[in-house]
Amino acid sequence: MASSSDLREKLRKKRRALQHSLQVKDDVDADTQALVPTDRSQSKETAQRDMEELTAGEEEPGDTLRRNLKAQRLRRRRKLEEASVDDKSMVEPFHETVGEVTAVQQISQSDEKPVEPCVVSSPAQSQRGDLPPRPQAKPVPGSSHSESSTMRQRMKDKLKAARSKAESLLQQEASQDGPASRLQSLKDRHTLTRFDRETDADLRGGGDDHPSSLNVKVKFREAVRRVRVDSKSEMGLPTAEEAYNFFTFDFDPEPDEETRKGQKRRTRPEGENEEGEDGGDDDEEKEEEDKEEVTEVDREHQGEDEERDDNAPLMRDEEEELFLIDQSADDFLVFKRAEYMGYQRRLQSENELLFTPSFLTVPASSKVPENMKPRYLEEEGLYVGERPPMSLTNQNILENRILKQEQGRKWFGDDGRIMALPDPIKESSTRPPLFHIEDDLDPALQTVYRKALVSKHASQYISVGGETNGDYQLDVDVSGLIFSHHPLFSQEHVLGSRLVQLYDQHLSRQHRNLTEHLTTKLNGLRNTIGNMLEVHGGQRLTPVMQQRISEYKQEVRNTRRLRDLEQEKDRTLLKGIVKIWKEIKALRDFQRFTNTPYKLYLRREEVERASDVREYEAEIQAEVDELLDEMEEDYQRKVTEYRRQQEEWKVWRRKQRAKNKKKKKTQSQLDDNEDDEDNDDDDRTDGEAEPGPPKPKPPEEPDMEGVEKQVSEKASRIRRKPGEPILVPELTASGPITPNEQCPRGEFARREDVAKRSIFIKVLYNDKEVSRTDNRSLNSDFRVHFGQIFNLKIVNWPESIKLQVFEVLGLSTTLLADVFVPVPESSILTGSAPSEELVFSSNLRVMFDHEAVGSDVPFSFEVDGSNRQTLLTSGKLSCSVSWAVGEDDVPLAPPTTQPKPMYSGLKQLDAIASIGASGLNDMKKLGEWATESRLDPNDPNNADIMQLLKVASSGEVTAPDYFRLEQLQEEFNFVSEEDLEQSRRFRLLRLRNQEVAEFRNYKFVPAMEREVTDKVFEEYERRLKEGEIVDTKGHLDAHRALVAKHLHKIRESIINRFLIAKHHFIMSDLVQEEQVPTIGILGLNLFKLAEPKRPLKPQRKERKKVTAQNLSDGDIRLLLNIIRAYDIPVRKPSVNKPAVTSKSTRSFTETLTAGQSQRATQGSDWLLNQVQVRPFVEVSFQRSVLQTTTADGPNPCWNEDLQLPFSAPNGDYSTANLQSMKDEIFINIFDEVQYELGGDGEDRGKEVHTRLEKHWLGSVKIPFSTIYFQSRIDGTFKVDTPPVLLGYSKERSLASDGGYDAVRSLTEGAFITLFITIEPQLVPGETIREKFESQESEGLLLASEVFERDAAVHFPDRPCLTTVININGKTVFITRYLRPLNPPQELLDAFPNSPQEATDLIARYVSLIPSLPDSVSFAGVCDLWSTCDQFLTLLAGDEEEHAVLLCNYFLSMGKKAWLIIGTAIPEGPTTYVLTYEQNRYLIWNPSSGQYYGQYDTFCPLQTVGCLVSADNVWLNTQAYTSPLRIRFDVTKAKLWKPFFSRAFPNPGLSSVQPEELVYRHTDQAAAAELQDRIEKILKEKIMEWRPRNPTRWNRYCTSTLRHFLPKLELSRGRDVADEHRLELQSLLGDYRISGFPLHLPFSEVRPIVEAVYSTGVHNVEASNVEFALAVHVHAYPNNVLSVWVYLASLIRMR
Amino acid sequence: MTANSPSVFLLMINGQIEGANFPEYDDLYCKYCFVYGHDWAPTSGLEEGISQITSKGRDSPHRLVWNFPLEITFKSTNPLGWPQIVVSVYGPDTFGNDVVRGYGATHIPITPGQHTRTIPMFVPESTSRLQKFTSWLLGRRPEFTDPKVVAQGEGREVTRVSSQGFVTLSFNIVTKDTKRLGYDTTATETTHTHPVAAGFGPGNQTLSM
Repeated sequence: MASSSDLREKLRKKRRALQHSLQVKDDVDADTQALVPTDRSQSKETAQRDMEELTAGEEEPGDTLRRNLKAQRLRRRRKLEEASVDDKSMVEPFHETVGEVTAVQQISQSDEKPVEPCVVSSPAQSQRGDLPPRPQAKPVPGSSHSESSTMRQRMKDKLKAARSKAESLLQQEASQDGPASRLQSLKDRHTLTRFDRETDADLRGGGDDHPSSLNVKVKFREAVRRVRVDSKSEMGLPTAEEAYNFFTFDFDPEPDEETRKGQKRRTRPEGENEEGEDGGDDDEEKEEEDKEEVTEVDREHQGEDEERDDNAPLMRDEEEELFLIDQSADDFLVFKRAEYMGYQRRLQSENELLFTPSFLTVPASSKVPENMKPRYLEEEGLYVGERPPMSLTNQNILENRILKQEQGRKWFGDDGRIMALPDPIKESSTRPPLFHIEDDLDPALQTVYRKALVSKHASQYISVGGETNGDYQLDVDVSGLIFSHHPLFSQEHVLGSRLVQLYDQHLSRQHRNLTEHLTTKLNGLRNTIGNMLEVHGGQRLTPVMQQRISEYKQEVRNTRRLRDLEQEKDRTLLKGIVKIWKEIKALRDFQRFTNTPYKLYLRREEVERASDVREYEAEIQAEVDELLDEMEEDYQRKVTEYRRQQEEWKVWRRKQRAKNKKKKKTQSQLDDNEDDEDNDDDDRTDGEAEPGPPKPKPPEEPDMEGVEKQVSEKASRIRRKPGEPILVPELTASGPITPNEQCPRGEFARREDVAKRSIFIKVLYNDKEVSRTDNRSLNSDFRVHFGQIFNLKIVNWPESIKLQVFEVLGLSTTLLADVFVPVPESSILTGSAPSEELVFSSNLRVMFDHEAVGSDVPFSFEVDGSNRQTLLTSGKLSCSVSWAVGEDDVPLAPPTTQPKPMYSGLKQLDAIASIGASGLNDMKKLGEWATESRLDPNDPNNADIMQLLKVASSGEVTAPDYFRLEQLQEEFNFVSEEDLEQSRRFRLLRLRNQEVAEFRNYKFVPAMEREVTDKVFEEYERRLKEGEIVDTKGHLDAHRALVAKHLHKIRESIINRFLIAKHHFIMSDLVQEEQVPTIGILGLNLFKLAEPKRPLKPQRKERKKVTAQNLSDGDIRLLLNIIRAYDIPVRKPSVNKPAVTSKSTRSFTETLTAGQSQRATQGSDWLLNQVQVRPFVEVSFQRSVLQTTTADGPNPCWNEDLQLPFSAPNGDYSTANLQSMKDEIFINIFDEVQYELGGDGEDRGKEVHTRLEKHWLGSVKIPFSTIYFQSRIDGTFKVDTPPVLLGYSKERSLASDGGYDAVRSLTEGAFITLFITIEPQLVPGETIREKFESQESEGLLLASEVFERDAAVHFPDRPCLTTVININGKTVFITRYLRPLNPPQELLDAFPNSPQEATDLIARYVSLIPSLPDSVSFAGVCDLWSTCDQFLTLLAGDEEEHAVLLCNYFLSMGKKAWLIIGTAIPEGPTTYVLTYEQNRYLIWNPSSGQYYGQYDTFCPLQTVGCLVSADNVWLNTQAYTSPLRIRFDVTKAKLWKPFFSRAFPNPGLSSVQPEELVYRHTDQAAAAELQDRIEKILKEKIMEWRPRNPTRWNRYCTSTLRHFLPKLELSRGRDVADEHRLELQSLLGDYRISGFPLHLPFSEVRPIVEAVYSTGVHNVEASNVEFALAVHVHAYPNNVLSVWVYLASLIRMR
Repeated sequence: MTANSPSVFLLMINGQIEGANFPEYDDLYCKYCFVYGHDWAPTSGLEEGISQITSKGRDSPHRLVWNFPLEITFKSTNPLGWPQIVVSVYGPDTFGNDVVRGYGATHIPITPGQHTRTIPMFVPESTSRLQKFTSWLLGRRPEFTDPKVVAQGEGREVTRVSSQGFVTLSFNIVTKDTKRLGYDTTATETTHTHPVAAGFGPGNQTLSM
């Protein structure tokens, strides 16, 4: 019903929607109220129906169609309604009505169109409402389709008539009546059809509310009801067409269907109330009534609903309908406002309808049953698995949703959470990988997966300990089994087996004969007591004796009790046996056949009656005596106790009495009584109910007679009566069994069944079936004999031996039971092993339709079925398992020493340790760990550990008393630790593995110990030793040595860091991936297409970079293109020229203009006297030397390519190794001098002997690392020329080259243009991506990161540095390094009047500190910045340290100074210092002490990335980076982007520099000593380098040079050449002298030696050559040493 | 260096890269190279090679056959760094660009005799979808900087790879003097003993001498 009504409602709604659409279409006057249109539409419907039936021509075809549809729909609905109609009996009244209506109908047909306003709405409505069923008259029984339609019509007519009648009646009553209204009603009559039910309600409502019109209405209603009922009943089976339409018609969607539903639902109760009033209505009407109550929204759609509203609409309707006169067919169109439901309303109504589960957590209280608290199983210690993860929101939604449902709570567990199974997902996949490519097979056929099995026995082989070779044998003897119950037992069998059991029990008892034993014991005890008493008879017993006697008595008592118990058991057993035997007999009699062969004989053993009686009585007597004794004792004890209590009570009583005087009398009586009691213990007192301690009762006197009676009773119960024969039951199985043919059918079937069954036993070893017995058929006695012995040869440790009992019936096999046999001890051997009876049972439920009792089925022995019992299949299996004995009587049992895996605690311990809880070998620790880590003891995963813990706590397993850090290590140790230490080979392997520098790439560690020589380690060991012992000799200075050591340590630690970092890879290290092209790149690529193929000015293209790792020796070459040189010093003519100008006082301006002045003064006659210089370039790298051809003149042009082979140390071409290479490329410029050697006298003129000498002119050093990082070096470099070159002058060509010279000669010195690169290009190592810790604030670090990243994005070629790493490996903001610091005072004092000089001196001082590029030493590219004091202490540092120190000095001198972070040649990324002086910017190279003007073309600084002051960092945002083209005004925001701005102010970073630098005075004596030592070493070296020639030293020259060197130092190498030459004048006359001073900052001796070597002075081969060498060491504060080496070679001219 | 006391052992590898199974690709060729430890050196044979391009046959639509021979002999003093063969397969993509189709590596079998190895192949994945698309479009798929990367374990965690297909290799291994140097690689009749544990170092042999 509900469904049908639902459906109906839906249909109705559809219909309404359709109607609305029609209305909207048809409506003529939109301003009429809602009611009117509906009426009109209804009228249309009427027309429709007419159409359908009569095909009335007056309607428009469009309308027709619509109406048709409507009508069809209506019919459909009616069909449905019809289904629900109960009473079809109302058909007949309908017929009557039809008759009445006919006439009216005709009228209405003719003049219905001129519509009149409805007179009375509600009655009219009611009719309308009733009408709809009518058109479908077909269902009237027997009527054909046409008939039904006519019928319908007729009915309609009738109704019309009725209505018009009613209306006319009403009209008279109502005020505004008119013919129109009647007409309207007539018209309406049709429309009403659909709204039959509604009207009903209206009727009701209206009727109730308007008593005035009640009678009319009632009348009308009756008529209507009749009609309605008819109409309902007339609804019949749908026609085919209707049915078709029903299923195919596409209903207009109804927008607010749901809303209405909801409303309906809401309003239903009201409708039901109304229903109460209108009892006659059927269900459909109820439905409709419900609808009546629809809110106004609905009413807007459904005029009729509104009409049905209570009284008020009535009037209105009337009024409105007055205006409906003269409606044409078109007027039936109704215009309606578009339906709209307010948002809020809709929300509201949706809220009614929809349920949106809340996200909020459901309170636990609503999830558990009332008055219960959530119960957490975990807390109770139960194991609760881990739930699958679920988001809280979803869970809440789900919970809310579930709670909304009925019985929602059942989904919640006790803990108030949704019930869930543990997460089933395994963390690791269990599926094996796919490996099949044996293709050509259908893939579907190919792969067969077997479920992965843990091979449990993999490690459980009995390891072959030796010669026995695992030849172990286990004998399993399965002798047979007996069923104590079997489903096929008959009742007799049940009894029989019970009998057998009892008999067995009896036998075993008899065997033990406990009764006899206890009796004897009792007698013995009694005798002892008797003896004791006898011996000491009459005498006073000693307390010891008494004690013993009482003990004996106690013993006697116990023994007696035990004996009685046993006797009773014996007796009941006997009785039971007899009883069951009787039952069996009865049963056999009853069923008249015998199933079991059991026969019980009771053998009587006659006893001599007299003695028996005597014994019996004596026994009783003895017992009675004893009991009496005991009772007496007991009684005495009780009496004493009673007395004591009595006393207490009395005391209390007296107190009571003093208080209570009223009751004194009675009390006194009582007292008397009590006094009496005191006197007479035996007298009993009644317990008076008095408050206070209960009055003690005197103990009862033992009943002596009772005792005797009891004893004799007991004796008769548990003992054989005196004289009665002893009954000995004997059970035999010899009885005849009734043959099958004599048995009744049931029994016969049972026996047949038994015969069909057979039993066999499977033997399972370690859960694997190893063998099985034969099938043995089941006998009628349910005993199966196998008698089979299985010899199992085993290789696995025995874990379990299992016998499975199977029952076979036909083809089916049933497992009856598993019988586990204990694994025998290795001492149990075949032959000596007893057969064991193992009881098994099965809870299999078996039922039979024959006599058999079945298993797990209740049955009864009684006829009436009482005393039911249930038996389960059970039985006994007798078998024995033992170890076999070999031929030579050797037991084939595995050795017991081997721990069995199952019980091995030790093994498990290590297993546990190896899974993560390392070092838990100690069981205590394991326990602690288990508690700490909160191991869930109930989690099945932890079962092993828990078991182990339990075992451990029980002390069965002793934990090892040693501690192993790596438990498994021992198993991997193939040699002992000592061997490992001693073996040179292993040492070598280990060192290589540790990546110790010397062995990092050691190839071919020999396979044999003897092939590893100690030589391999020599270097390494020496290095190790050096780390400890400071080699003062090599350093010549203790302080230096210490510093070197310190430096070394830092280097080590940093290198270690980098070694670790080196093993961290990022994606780009491993995978080459194209970058996603940006628009820019794409654009460039497009441009490239248009580029000329061979441009006129080709640009160098980037070569493909090669990763270093797949290179080997010889792959890499160093390419040098030596292009040209400028201003090479030229040979001086031997004619001396006087010095021109003295330039002792110079200023910066002078220096800068010096070129001009020099040129002006010196260039005058230079051209004339010019001596050719023939320079060539020699390049040496890694001891391979190449040289160019010789060119002519001071400005030579070579343009030569040189290729130098390159090999990495140790053949390791890894990035790190290449980075740490310290090799340098020396580019030396030499002058090739040709001397003619005078030949012998006669040959003169014919032969000319010439000697070629090369004179060193200058050099350029470029470290390999620079090339490596820069990948190419291209530019003009200043040649490092000595300040004085004997025999050469640095005159510049004045007039030769015109304009270019003017620029070039601005700075002094020679220059060389070079291009250097590596072929193939190597990928330089990335900077270490290690994030260093920092003490800077997070914000600052972040800002600096952003700043640097921005810089990298926008200006990729400009180095930008905001944070640096200090020597401790921490990130420090760069500005912290800048702080005014005092330079050494003595430097300032040196030139008190000339700040320029002082500045120069300070720059020189800074440059004298040895430079140690840390990117080389630290192999890790990242710069380490040390503070100035560290720098001065270490006396070694990079450009940064020099720059920082210089900048700080300048700052303290009041200069404006900045650090320039930029790139220079040849250093690459470096740091310079910028100062602002005299309106000019000066760029200082801190490493050389040189300064350059901003517009100096030869300034090595190429790029300015950013400037750093003590307060801020500015990034160069100008278009250019070259210092020539930029402006250094940092205040211009357009040009420089500051790091700290107004948005991010400087937080006031404190400096990391010390407040003040403290300088130590240099020990001049030490300097002098050093000077001597260096000189000595160099002299030795030179002699060493000239092994074939004698080396002579010119002492005079040496001393001259030595005098000259301090002057050089004072003038810092400037402008002394001329004076010096004059000094040497005297010598020059005799000698051809060539030499030069070298100037070096001092760090170690080795660089000095190298430098001297590289000049090649020693290479002079002339026989008459002499040398001069002078060394001067000038000490500056803080051990900064300036070393001068003057080298000269002299050749005597004559 | 006498025959009695060898200082190196020799590992001779004959074999071939038989073919591959790349279900989606065709016209592939492969390169191989060996990766071995410090104590190893090839004494003869080719360390690297590049095969012909092979197409799928009509009758074996899944099989790419190269039958590319391998022949190399190593000498070594130490099994540490036992040679691995690295195979990388290349072929044209839909636009005709030569792209990598797979990398794979396997150790040379340690026991003498004939062995067949099937190596699953994989290629590195692009870091992003956009990268993937552009690399597909431009035919510049991500590649390992060095195919030898696949023979080392270090640093692999930063890569993401996808599997591609399989390459089948067959080896015929001959060893010389391994036993003499204490490395017993042949299986004894008791297979359950650990074969490797027998000798990492010079072992008993050295001690006995």
